[in-house]
Order: sequence, then C-alpha cells, then structure tokens
Amino acid sequence: MAAHLKKRVYEEFSRVVQIPQEEAPAKKLRLSKPSKSAALHIDLCKATNSTDALQYLLHFARKPVEVESVEGVVRILLEHYYKETDNSVRLKIASLLGLLSKTQGFSPDCIVDDAINTLNNEKSHQVLAQLLDTLLVIGTQLPESPTVRQRLIEMACKHLSDTYFGVRNKCLKLLGCLGMADTPLNKDNDGLGASLGGVRDIQSIISDFFGDQDPRVRTAAIKAMLQLHERRIKIHEIIYDQACRLLSDDYEQVRSAAVQMVWVLSQLYPESIVPIPSSNEEIRLVDDAFGKISHMVSDGSWMVRVQAAKTLGSMLQVSPHFLEQTLDKKLMSDLRRKRTAHERAKELFTSGEFSSGRKWADDAPKEKLDTNTVNLIASGACGAFVHGLEDEMFEVRIAAVEALSQLAQSSASFAEKCLDFLVDMFNDEIEEVRLQSIHVLREISTHITLREDQLDTVLAVLEDSSRDIREALHELICYTNVSTKDCIQLALLELLKNLNKYPTDRNSVWKCLKFLGSRHPTLVLPLVPELLSTHPYFDTPEPDMDDPAYIAVLVLVFNAAKSCPTMPALFSDHTFRHYAYLRDSLSHLVPPLRLPGNGLDLVDSRCGSGSVESAQLFLQESLNRVSTIQNLEAPGAQDLLNFTIRDLRRLGELQTELAGAADFCATYLRCQLLLMKALQEKLWNMAVPLCLKQNVTATAAAQQILEETYKLEFLYSGLESRQVATIHHIRLQAKALQLILTARTRQGLDPLISSCEKFLQDIESFQRLFVAELPHLQDSFVDKLLELMPRLSSCKPVEMVKILLATLRLSGLLQLRLPEQIHRATATIIEPTGESDNPLRFTTGLVVALDIDATLEHVQDPQNAVKVQVLYPDGQSHVIHPKPSDFRKPGPDRHRLITQVYLSHTAWTEPSQIEVRLLLAYSSSSTSLSSSSASKLGWSDSIDSLPPPEAAVEGTIPFSKPVKVYIMPKPARR
Amino acid sequence: MPEIKVTPLGAGQDVGRSCILVSIGGKNIMLDCGMHMGYNDDRRFPDFSYITQNGRLTEFLDCVIISHFHLDHCGALPFMSEMVGYDGPIYMTHPTKAICPILLEDFRKITVDKKGETNFFTSQMIKDCMKKVVPLNLHQTVQVDDELEIKAYYAGHVLGAAMVQIKVGSESVVYTGDYNMTPDRHLGAAWIDKCRPDILISESTYATTIRDSKRCRERDFLKKVHESIERGGKVLIPVFALGRAQELCILLETFWERMNLKAPIYFSTGLTEKANHYYKLFITWTNQKIRKTFVQRNMFEFKHIKAFDRSYADNPGPMVVFATPGMLHAGQSLQIFKKWAGNEKNMVIMPGYCVQGTIGHKILNGQRKLEMEGRSTLDVKLQVEYMSFSAHADAKGIMQLIRMAEPRNMLLVHGEAVKMEFLKGKIEQEFSIDCHMPANGETATVTTNPSVPVDISLNLLKREMALGGPLPDPKRPRTMHGTLIMKENSLKLVSSEQALKELGLNEHQLRFTCRVQLQDPHSDPDTLNRIYTHLKSVLKGYTIQHLPDGTVMVESIVIKVSSSAEDTSTKVLLLSWSYQDEDLGSFLSTLLKKGLPSGLC
Repeated sequence: MAAHLKKRVYEEFSRVVQIPQEEAPAKKLRLSKPSKSAALHIDLCKATNSTDALQYLLHFARKPVEVESVEGVVRILLEHYYKETDNSVRLKIASLLGLLSKTQGFSPDCIVDDAINTLNNEKSHQVLAQLLDTLLVIGTQLPESPTVRQRLIEMACKHLSDTYFGVRNKCLKLLGCLGMADTPLNKDNDGLGASLGGVRDIQSIISDFFGDQDPRVRTAAIKAMLQLHERRIKIHEIIYDQACRLLSDDYEQVRSAAVQMVWVLSQLYPESIVPIPSSNEEIRLVDDAFGKISHMVSDGSWMVRVQAAKTLGSMLQVSPHFLEQTLDKKLMSDLRRKRTAHERAKELFTSGEFSSGRKWADDAPKEKLDTNTVNLIASGACGAFVHGLEDEMFEVRIAAVEALSQLAQSSASFAEKCLDFLVDMFNDEIEEVRLQSIHVLREISTHITLREDQLDTVLAVLEDSSRDIREALHELICYTNVSTKDCIQLALLELLKNLNKYPTDRNSVWKCLKFLGSRHPTLVLPLVPELLSTHPYFDTPEPDMDDPAYIAVLVLVFNAAKSCPTMPALFSDHTFRHYAYLRDSLSHLVPPLRLPGNGLDLVDSRCGSGSVESAQLFLQESLNRVSTIQNLEAPGAQDLLNFTIRDLRRLGELQTELAGAADFCATYLRCQLLLMKALQEKLWNMAVPLCLKQNVTATAAAQQILEETYKLEFLYSGLESRQVATIHHIRLQAKALQLILTARTRQGLDPLISSCEKFLQDIESFQRLFVAELPHLQDSFVDKLLELMPRLSSCKPVEMVKILLATLRLSGLLQLRLPEQIHRATATIIEPTGESDNPLRFTTGLVVALDIDATLEHVQDPQNAVKVQVLYPDGQSHVIHPKPSDFRKPGPDRHRLITQVYLSHTAWTEPSQIEVRLLLAYSSSSTSLSSSSASKLGWSDSIDSLPPPEAAVEGTIPFSKPVKVYIMPKPARR
Repeated sequence: MPEIKVTPLGAGQDVGRSCILVSIGGKNIMLDCGMHMGYNDDRRFPDFSYITQNGRLTEFLDCVIISHFHLDHCGALPFMSEMVGYDGPIYMTHPTKAICPILLEDFRKITVDKKGETNFFTSQMIKDCMKKVVPLNLHQTVQVDDELEIKAYYAGHVLGAAMVQIKVGSESVVYTGDYNMTPDRHLGAAWIDKCRPDILISESTYATTIRDSKRCRERDFLKKVHESIERGGKVLIPVFALGRAQELCILLETFWERMNLKAPIYFSTGLTEKANHYYKLFITWTNQKIRKTFVQRNMFEFKHIKAFDRSYADNPGPMVVFATPGMLHAGQSLQIFKKWAGNEKNMVIMPGYCVQGTIGHKILNGQRKLEMEGRSTLDVKLQVEYMSFSAHADAKGIMQLIRMAEPRNMLLVHGEAVKMEFLKGKIEQEFSIDCHMPANGETATVTTNPSVPVDISLNLLKREMALGGPLPDPKRPRTMHGTLIMKENSLKLVSSEQALKELGLNEHQLRFTCRVQLQDPHSDPDTLNRIYTHLKSVLKGYTIQHLPDGTVMVESIVIKVSSSAEDTSTKVLLLSWSYQDEDLGSFLSTLLKKGLPSGLC
C-alpha cells in the first residue's frame, strides 16, 4: 500500500519528460517534378462539383510545392479560377495563389498581370478581398519593383470604393504596406478621387477612410497609416486633428489604434504648436497629445486604458507642468492658461474648490464661484495616473506603474512627486502590482530621498508574508537614500523585526544593512553607541555572537565605519574581536577596516590580492606553460600539470571573477593528466593477463575522463565552438582508450567489432560537427585519425586497436584557448540548512513536503535542466523535476528555485539522514554547439534543424553540495 | 414633440427615500422606492398619493425598478406594493433580490418590535412583495412589454447595484441609482456603454467633492485604527450592515493578517451572517481580485473577524467593532457609542455620509455635548474621525460617467440642493447639455427629438445607389424622390410607381405649356428648322428630333410653331413639357425667349 501510495505521489509530482524520437523526414528525391502540377490539374478536372474541387485544393495546400513547379501550379490554378463559378473555390484558389507566391526563390512578378486581371473581373466581395490579400503578398515579395507597386496601388485605390468592408480593409492594408510618400497618385480612374480633384498622395487617401462608416475600416485605415510610419514614411501633421477626433470613436479598437496614431504624431512633431479649441492660446503638440492620451486613461474599455497608460510612459518630451498634472486630481484647467490667468487662478483657489473628502463638511458651500473659469474635464492630463493607479483592472495598474517609472527616470522632479503614489501602490491588493511598484521605486530611487513618513510606509511592507515582496523590498532598501538618522534607526528596527519574524530572510536582511551602512556612514555615526549598547562608564555584557540580529547591527556599523574613520574609536573591545570573526566568516558582508587598536593592522592581505588583470595574466601564463608539454611522456610533465592544476584551483578561490575560467582549465588539465597517466605506463607492452591491475586503473581513468568532459561541456556557460571541439576531442581520446582496453581484456570478436564501428561513427560525427574547427586541431589525435581514416574503416578490429594505441600515445597535448567569459553553473541550497537536529517525522506511506530554496547561478534554461535528487540511506534515490513556475529570476544569470519536494518511505526504527542535492541534466543531443543560437531555438525547430541525435547521451551532473535532512518515517498506527 | 417627464417623489434635491417617476413614450416607470432615515413619521415614505389619490397603483405604473438593496432605495417597497397596492412587475438584480428581504425584515423588526409602531408592513407582506420581483442580469435586455425594455449595467456601490437603461422606441432614460466610479476592495467600478440616452438621471451625493486617491484613504484609515489599537483604545466603526462594511472588513482582515495583529475585530451580528453568505455566493459581481482568487480562498471567509456580543463592549483592552446602523441614529452602534463616548482613548470612525438630524451628523459637525432621550446629556470625549468611504461617485466620477454615456440631458437627484447647483453649473458648462434638478414633486420635462424609423423599399434604394455616388456618406444627408406611405403604424418609403400600385391610384400626368413669342420673319417650317438647328447647337448630348408633323421634340418636350394672326413675323412657340422635365423645360423657355441668333440660316 505504502509503496503504491508513494508511487502515486511521484507520479503526480515529478514529471518525466520523454523526448519523442521523431523520425527524420525521409528525404526522397522528387524526380517527377511536373507531376505535382499535373496531378493537381487532373484532380481539378476530375472534380465534378465545387465541393470536390475545394476538397482537392485543401488537400493540395497541405503539401509544399517546389520552387520549380510553382509557376506551373499557378497557371493551372488560374485556369481553373476562370472556369470556376463557386465563390468558395475561387476564394481558396486566391488564397493559394498568395501562399504560393511566398515560396522562397519564386519571383511572383509573372503572375501580377493575371492576379490583377482576375481582380477586375471578380464580382464576389469575399473573393475580391482575398485577391487583394494575394496582391499584398505579391507586392511585399517584390519590394524592388516600382512599376508593380504602382499598379497594385492603383488597383487598391480603385477598389477602395467597394461596398464590402473586407475589400476596403484589404485595400487600406495594401496601401499601408506598399504606398510611397514621394509618388503622388494620379487618381482620375474613379469617382472618388476625381470628385476631389487630381493629384493626391497616399496619406490623404488613407485618411479619408478615418471617417468611414464601418469601424473595422476605420481601424484598418489607422493601422495602414501606422504601417506607413513603420516603413519610415513621414506622416503629415494634418493627420493629427483627424486622429484626435477618432479618440472619441464609439468602438474600442478604433480608439485603441487612434491612441497609437496620436502617439506617433506626437513623437514626429513634438514641437509644433496647436491651438486650444475655445480659446485663443496655443500649446505644443506633444503636450496636447499627452493631454488627450491621458484622457483615454479613464476610457470605458480597459484595453484602451492599458494602451493609453503604456503609451504615456514613452512620451518623454512632454513639458514638466503637464507631467505633474497627471498626478493631481484637482482642477487643472487654469494651469494651462497660467500665463494669462494668474489672478484668476488665485481667486479660484480662495473662492471654492472641490473638497478632498478627507474632512467632514469641508465642502460646505461658500460663496458662489465664477464657473466660467473652472474647466474641469477637458483639461485631460489631470489625474491620469491617479486614475490609472486605482483602476479596476490590474493590467491597467501595472501599465500605469510602468509608465510612471519611465517618466520618472527622465525627470527627477516628477520622480519626487510620484513617490507618494508608488508608495501607496505597496498596498495594492494584487501581489504582482505591489511587486512591480517596489521594483519601479528601486529603479527611480537614485532620484529621490525618502522622507521619514514615506520610509515608514515602505517599511511597513516588510511584514508582508510574501517572500518575493520582502526580498524586493530589501533590494529597494539597498538602493534607497534616507534623510535623517531617525530613518536609519527606523529601518534597522523594522529590518530586525522582519528578521525576527522571518528568520529565513537572514542573508537578504544582512545584505540590505550592508548597503544601508555604506551609503549613510554619517547618519550611522551618531547611532553607534546606542546600536552597540556601549556605555561611557560601565561595561556592558558581551552580546551573543551567534544572534542574527546582533550580526545585523554589526554589519550595518562595520560598513558605515569603512568610510568613517572616527567610528572605530567608539567600538568596545569585544566589537573588535567580533569584527575579526565576522571578517572571516562573512567576508562578503563585512568590509576590510583600517583599525587602529593594539597596533595591529587588521587590513587583510586578501583585499590587496591584486586586480583581475593580473590574475588573468597569471592564468594565461599557466596555460602557456602547460602548452610547452609536447609529448605526453615527457619527464616532469605530470608534475607540471599537477602544480598548474593546484595553482588554478587556488586562483579560482581567490578571484571570484575568474573562478569559472580557472576551474574550467583545471578540470581540462586534469583530464589530460588522467589520460597521460593511463597511457604512460610501461605496461602497455606487456601481455594482457600480467597487468590486470593496470587495466583496472586505466579503465577507471577513462571513465572519469568521460564524466569530466560532460561536466566541462554542460556545466560551463560561455563556451565557444572551439572549446566544445576541444572537449569533444578529449572525450574521443577517452573513448579510444576505452576501446583499446576492451580489446585487450575481452575475448571474442563480435563485441569488439561493434564497438569499433561505434567509434568510427563517433569520429565521423566529430568531423561533421566541428568542420569549422578542424584547422585548429592540427597534429592532434583526431587530425591524425582522419588522415588514417580510409585505412581504419577497412582494416580489422585488432589492427585498428593497434593504430589507435599508437596514435593516442603519439598525439600531443591540445592547447586550450580561453573564451572571453566562462562561468561555472553553481547552485547553493539555502534551505534546508542541514543543521537541524529535529527529525522531520511523518507517517509511513504518507508524504511529507520538504521546502527547498536554492540559488542557481549561470544556469541556462534551468526550467528544463535543474532537478532535485533525494537520496535515501538505503540507496534509493529519486529525481524530482520542479515545476517551471518554481523558478524565479531575480537577476541576470541568477535563478532562484523555491519548491517543495515530497518525501516518503517505509517505516524506520531510527531517524536518519537523507541527502538532497541539485542535478543539472544534460543530453548530448542538445549539445551546446553554437550554444547561443541552438538553445534559443524552439522545441520543434531544433528537432528539425539538428541532425538526428545518434546515441544521445543523457545524464546528470550534481552541481550543488548535498544537504542532509533528518527524517523519521513512523510506522502507521492502526 | 414627444416629452419625457421626470418627477422625483423622493431624493429630489435631497438624500433618502429615492423614488423617481418617469413617463416616457406613454409608459410610467417608478425608479426605486426607498425610505428616509431621518424621519419616523409619514415623511419616511414617498408620497404615493401623488400618483393616485385612492385605489391601487397598478394601472398607473408599468413597472418598478429597484437599483440596489439599500433601504433608502427599497425601504418602502412592501408598503407600496402591499399596503398601497401594486401588482405589476418589480425588477431588481439577483443579489438585490436575495439581500433586500433580509434588510426589509430587519427594518421591520426595529420599527415594529423595538419602537412598537403599528400599521406597518408585516413579514408576510415582504414575502408577498418579493414574489412580484423579476430578477435581472447584467446587460440583459428585458422586454417589459412590447415597447418598453430595460437593461441593467454594473454600478459598483454595493453588491448587486445596477444602473438601468429604460428604452421606449428610440427614446431612453438611464437611471444610475447609486454608483461608484472607483473600484474598491470588493467591487469593481461602474461601467456603461455609449448609449446616448435622452436623460441621464444621476445621483449627486458627492457633487462638490473630488476625493483623494482611494489608497490614500485606505492607508489613513488603517493607520488611524492601528494607532488607536496600539494606544489600547477601542474603535467603533458604525456601518450599514451591507456594503461598506464588507469592504472595510476585507481591508482590516488583510491588514490584520499582514501585520499579525491580535486585537479582536467584532461585527455586530444578526443579518450580517446571512448577508455575508450572499457575498460569498455572488462572486461574479465582485472585483477582479476576488473573482480571481476565490478558488483558493473566498475573501469573505474572514479569519480575524468574529461575531459581536453585547457583553463584549465592556471587555477591557483594545478592540475594533463594526456596528449598525451607520449614522448612529439607533440600534447597536448608538448603544456602543454611548458606552465608549466618555473615554478619550477611544475612537469612532464615520466611514460615510450622515443625514442631517442623526447623531452621526451632529458629532461630525463638532458637537461635543449631545442631548439624548430623557433630557440627559452625553459628553463626547472620544475622537471622531471621518473617512469618506461611501462608495458614491465623486464629482469627477459623475463627469466621467456623463462622458461615457453621452446623454442629451442631465438630471440630478440624491444630493443636497446647493451642491447640486454647483455641479449643475459645471455640467452645463463642460458638456453644454441641459441639466435639471427638480425638487420632490416637481416635474422636469424634456422634449425629445426621436428619430422615426422608416422602411425603405430595396428597389428604391438600389435605384438611388445607381444614380448617386459610389458610397453613401453617413455624414451628409441626401435628398431622394419617393413616396411616404403611412399604413397601420408603420412608415414606408417607396417609389412613386409602387405607391400608385399599392394604393390603386391612377397616375396623373402634369404638363406645363407655355407660349413664347418670337420675332422671326421666316415661314413657320423655316422657323422650326432654325429652332431645330439652334437647339441642336446648344443642347449637345440630348436627343432632338424634327418630326414630320411640324414639331420639334427635345427629349419629351414638344415645341410647335404658329404664326400669330396679326403679325406673321411674330411667331408663337408652343412649349409643352411634363412635370418630370421641369428643369429642361424652363431652361428651354428662357433660351427661346432670348430669340434666335441671327447667324442661323
């Protein structure tokens, strides 16, 4: 029962991804080229009625057509088109024509005439629309041909007067995609243009349809205009008025498109002057547009509201006083007329305004005011963000928050003003919005200094139960400037409260205090005696060094002390001792201090350990030194390798920036060393039975090299094709070694033959994969093998093994070139800590959830690659694949895994420890060859483009330290 | 011209007992039927004798629509339907229908059982009344009869509050009831499409207020409560059982959860639990957040809020109590208020509007000594705070709604006269539409200009299309020839031939003839010939025939020549044309009057 239950648990919570082995599409030679069109022709002739014909066409459309036969097919289709009476069949043919003209390598100019011809004779509106769509495709395929373009545009203009909206839509689209600014159209071919007289350009034709009766056509017209803009044709300023009128359209899609249009124009002509209706004043166009778009933030449709709110964020040229109105709900119209109406504004202020609703009866009627001066709603911009931020839909709120952030980043004064609103958003009911506003506040925090009351509100969020929110807030506090020492104290208190309430936030809180201290040394200084509870006369008891709160205080003080030399004078003796301790144990949080006490200069030697450049130099030199080893059997080579490996490892520890590179080199060299050791032995010349032991070590070495190469390939990011080739090269060597050992130990020819064949395949695939890299592999093992390839593939296994052995022993060390940046994927399990002595008790057969919190660095695609392994003391192990939503991305190249794994086991008598670790799964089919491009390909794409994976090796690399968890499955009571 | 008449029986320049009569297109509709909080006598209910002096209301009203369940909008409903007498349909939304009887029952209990009034409606009457209710869904068009249709829109304010569009033919009225344009913790914002009604009847409780952002208010509220609790004081929040109470509960509940506070929160019991149940049920009527999260946890299942018992009021230590009613005019909230008023540590937060005459109104206006029944006085020492949490639209919200609906006329109700005056001025200036604000019993009349739909025959339309330009331009009116037939209440525009056929009439030809004297010395046939050539040169593109019988035909116009009896050089031309060729005929006559050019042979 228990086992069954457990099985079910794993079934439900772990996901096994099986990559289906798709068969590579068999590529047959198509000898019967014309047959495709011929078959179609026959089919179409056979079709007795339109339904049949339609079926044939649908069937036909499923298969691709080769470039050569496209034209033939098109002819047949057209021929059939003229004969066909049924609309749906003609429609399908028209759409097929469009599809076919998209075929790569086919130039559709030969069918332009036919298409236009069919267009002229067509009666059905739907088919017309489809034909125009086809023309659009043809037009976009032929960007270089102005005559075709001109003809198509004329065609479109002609059909603009169609009564069916679809046709007008397509015509507008065509005009938008193909129309040119510089060629005025001579429109005398139909009534519409003629009545308005002679030469008109494309924009005025399109803008005529801004007033179309059908909203879909209006939308299409605006979209066409936007398309023109995208094609870098400058839109006329006259359009602005028309676009503004469309902002009050009845239909949301029109309004939404109009918002975009107005925005485009405001970016094109920001400094133009437009008049304010019903007054004789004028303002900048961008300001006017800003006002109008702000207006749309209180639109009836939330789609439009989102659009408007987003758009506002990118209107950076707007004048500051307009910008500030967006945060004010009060009467704003007079601001616009400020230049002329100062006195009136003053009068207005004293005579009577709306009340704020905060105090009772402050709206008691006063003397009647001159209503002429108060113009409430039309002054669009006012309060746009206030509205946006308290919108019903969180999508709008998020858009508004983002827009605020963009605007605030470009204007310090606005940043100051929007602070209160952002802080208010911390209380939003949707967590996403809260999180977003915290992030935004962090982004603009360079502009602002928090006042005490604002800080108070900000810090109140520290008690939020959501970890994401708290961590975002810590991040925010890291970047915040505060104004007074009280603020520091307040922040410290709240952070300690937070620490007390949520002990898991420890690291995050410490980090936060580190930045707080180093940013505000002068504000911390007066607080030091209080913080360290020192007393001028009395000795105070020494605080507990393991108290996280005390450590937090020390972190704050030490970081402040770094740039405040007078501070250490205030420390008591034990503080210095604690400093030394923390400097060692939490060196990333505690900076080196120049401490005067005891004549001891506590400045750490480590901080002077030199710059990255020198370390880089050292690394390069070590590699160069290694490259002097020409022959694997050279004396002293092993020692040199050994020392270099040791040096590199140490370098990696010291210089975190180069840790990846150093580690990578060290591992690579270790592979070389292993190989060298395995080959160097004299015993190769002995008879097999005599050196059994030797064989064992060599086999182990080969195995280890293989493992290491997988690590090299998949654990490090930033590898270039060249390094991957090198790695594959050494893997090939290891495989050769394995082959030789098999040949020596095992008797029987059959297994040997098959493994020989496999090896040959490996060589081939290596050659195929790294053709570009082969020149760099001169004189290497592979190079030599490839020379001998003809001989190898024909000779007998035994002979082949001999050749291999010889080549292997003769081949030199392949020099490693370092790429720009190498990072090693690392993972740290933060939780469980493995310190707990209390076993996790649960009833057998049931499950217990174990919270896992880990940070991953430099892991590409962690959603697919990272797995959790649970190892039970009886050797059982389970691999759990976390849900994609368990991964968060707090920063570039950093991921955070917060998940739960479910444990279950049969009853134990004693509590015992299980091990939890993270695994990095790899499969050599999705090889990191040309890593950046290949990994970005979609699932289905990569299957198609990569060669079918032969002998894909799948495996996992443990890349975190295992953590022990004490568990105790109790037997179930009955 | 057709007219729409609006007469408020209650809520005209006043808050309370909303009851508005609308006559539109021959239909009479009653919008809301509420009671007044401030009175305990006959003024409590609307004056139904305005409709009819004696007898039942059924024959005078086509339907009654209730916008939401607040008593000032539905309190008089059983009185009207059962005691005065009305049997027609009563429309309200589903949540309103569910919650309304609970409140009515509560109201009845207080008035009858506590105050001992007689001649009041009974429980049975409430039940009978609710049987007449027809439930409405949002955006569902309900056909009351053949001509009258109503449609409900979401109004925010309280659960189930609706704005109603009433439509007869092309005339329409929108009644907002109470509405809220800013969403809150549990409800969304009011929304209406661009329905362009003839009249928009809007509440105007906060006609002169533009409120601070919602979040500011929430923060202030939480801060005040939190501070008071930390001081060890007790906080009284008088609320009406439903509506704001739920919003504040959610607010405090989440705050308590986030801040991990321990002080108890109580909610005076009774109808609340039943009503809370409905809040849990009608999730579709709540805001985005609750709708999205109710699967995990229904926000109305409170963890920290417990039922209140009267004895708890004397418990030591801090606590927060929500008590009804909201204006401190009676009931539990007043009792607790009396108990706590003497301690300056305590606090009362008035979250909404208070009607004049209630204790709430008095203390908000700063009165520190209250006269209670029995000539005793009460010293008010506790802090009095006001937080505008009423979910009514503020001035800006009202303006926003007007912009959304684009009405042709505006009518303000449910507000104080002076404030309305202010808003009226704004509306008239801003939107340049008429704005009315009738007092109770006063009728506002709006003449409408309804468009009259006319069926046009397809043939005629096609013929016009063929004649005119390629596309009909919706922006420009166009003239066309046709015959309008009015038959059995329907209007039809057909071509004249068809009209003749349908009506069985003969076509009458109308011909104009005119004589033109012409000085021409030639003989008659020669003159005719000259005229023929002349016309030929002038009128190109017309068919001109010289017929053998001595006439010239230009299209259908006949020209004959005869010499006058006295003077042979004076020729008399006889022109005759039909009515259809009026243009050409008059052109020809003026042309010929000028005489023939001399150069003709």
